[in-house]
Amino acid sequence: MNKTARLKPLQPGMRKAKPYLFILPSMLFFAVFAIYPLIYIIVLSFFDRSIIGDMTFVGFENFIKLFNNPEFGPIMKNTVVYMVIVVLLTTVFSMLVALLLQRPTRLNKIVQQIAFSPYVISTVSVVFVWMWMMDADYGLFNYIIGWFGLGEVNWLTDPNVTIFSIAIVSVWKSLGYNAIIIIAALNAIPKHYYEAAKLDNSSSVKTYFRITLPMISPTVFFLVLINIIGALKNFETIKLMTAGKFDTTTLVYFVYQNAREYFDFGYASSAGVILMVFIAIITLLYFKVLAKKVYYR
Amino acid sequence: MSTKDLTAVRRGVGIRPKTSARSAINITKKVVTGFLYAIGIIFLLLVFLVPVYWMVLTAVESANQVVQNPPLFWVSAPQWDNFVKAFESIDFWHYTKNSLIVTFSVMILQFITVIPAAYAFARYRFKGKKILFSITLLTMMLPAQLTFLPVYLMFARLKLINNIMTLILPFGASGFGIFMLRQSFMQIPEEILEAARLDKASEFTIIRRIMLPMALPTIAMLALFTFITTWNDYYWPLVMTTTDEVQTLPVGITGLQNIEVGITQHYVMAGNILMILPVVIVFLIAQKQIIKAFTYTGEK
Repeated sequence: MNKTARLKPLQPGMRKAKPYLFILPSMLFFAVFAIYPLIYIIVLSFFDRSIIGDMTFVGFENFIKLFNNPEFGPIMKNTVVYMVIVVLLTTVFSMLVALLLQRPTRLNKIVQQIAFSPYVISTVSVVFVWMWMMDADYGLFNYIIGWFGLGEVNWLTDPNVTIFSIAIVSVWKSLGYNAIIIIAALNAIPKHYYEAAKLDNSSSVKTYFRITLPMISPTVFFLVLINIIGALKNFETIKLMTAGKFDTTTLVYFVYQNAREYFDFGYASSAGVILMVFIAIITLLYFKVLAKKVYYR
Repeated sequence: MSTKDLTAVRRGVGIRPKTSARSAINITKKVVTGFLYAIGIIFLLLVFLVPVYWMVLTAVESANQVVQNPPLFWVSAPQWDNFVKAFESIDFWHYTKNSLIVTFSVMILQFITVIPAAYAFARYRFKGKKILFSITLLTMMLPAQLTFLPVYLMFARLKLINNIMTLILPFGASGFGIFMLRQSFMQIPEEILEAARLDKASEFTIIRRIMLPMALPTIAMLALFTFITTWNDYYWPLVMTTTDEVQTLPVGITGLQNIEVGITQHYVMAGNILMILPVVIVFLIAQKQIIKAFTYTGEK
């Protein structure tokens, strides 16, 4: 035991300082690697910042250049299309999987774990396997669709398909995660609701739409928000599968490209700020829902 | 009248005449749902296991077998050499070493920063607590895809690019960790702490002897979470480095695509398996804790 602590009680000033001392290390890291970048990226978006470090204030010029860029429209379109596909497929499929695996049997638990496992496997690894299955010449997919007499699909080079191919990989990776969270919500519904429905001879479809769906809707909404943010931030699958070619450049990829390939940091920041606004709106909603969910518990 | 009587009345009055027809419907219903359930399970298992099988199969194929059309579904003579070749043709050990250094440094750093912060947020009242905790939560939502810009420039100014610190320090604290551990600390009854204080235990003793042992499951979950996310991270090492000096496995392994002209998928898959092996092993041992850690914010 600490000897000085035993001999004399702490000074009141010292007592007050204690919690601040405890959180200080964390707060220092947050200040340097979260708060400062958050502010500085906004500052940067108003500057022309070259690789050697010269900064020239240019006002809104980066943003004007961005909006006048003929690529900007397609980039926004890709971002939104990708997001809609991912969120839609993830929500629908994970709700179906959750219904299928809801009962806490041994088999269901094992299938849940298998379905969850891609979520903790490196995206690089997952993408490589899928790219190989999507290979136009030697891939498994084109072989299988060949059974049905369908021609080859250029999964990774056909601009009509690429965004969809990338989205499928993201959906596959996070389907189990989403399903498990929905299953937890399903199992949290009080049993007496179902007993009451049974007494009323309510059909199972009716019971699902009248009781189950409303009860899990906060969780589903919460997942939709998480998936929107995840889709907006998605970079790895695009970088590895198409490197932004074949109509797959999204806002995040555009930021990366301008910063790390063209070293145009001010311009990259202005696109980053646009992305930040979107994410901030969704995040605000997210915290509103989070607060509500905690409250209801 | 008791509920038992009520049920008896219901049974007696309305339902008995229909029982046989009803049970026939129930049986067909059961058969149909059972059938749909079986199909669903088989379909799910195919969707999630075929890619895994395809990865393992390709990893042990010879160069000729990889490009066979139609593709092979089984190989009788697995080419274990592919693993050796994958290990030797890129500097696999170099990337593994970097991955290990980065992953364990981040884990240790977070251990040092997260525990006291979570304790303070759980057990103290102080001015600015609310706003500081909001900032902590906010950091969970900040995408690295944006913060990398200023951080990269800052490290460049300090001439630290391609220094391993650039992969460690940005993850020195964890908003998620503080959030999770605080929740766990808050559940420890105040009486236990009061008793310890009456015994004149110092704050450090309280943390070490009471808080940590009781929060140990949460700390283990957190360690697993940080290990997996750091080991897997591809984005940060990619954007923070310009040479392979400090690059980690996920970045290094992409080099396997170019070790030979033409199709190199058997080497890529072999390298892939080597890279994910630690995570797979950890997942097989502690899947319950891992799932709990990763779904934590979703279920709370």
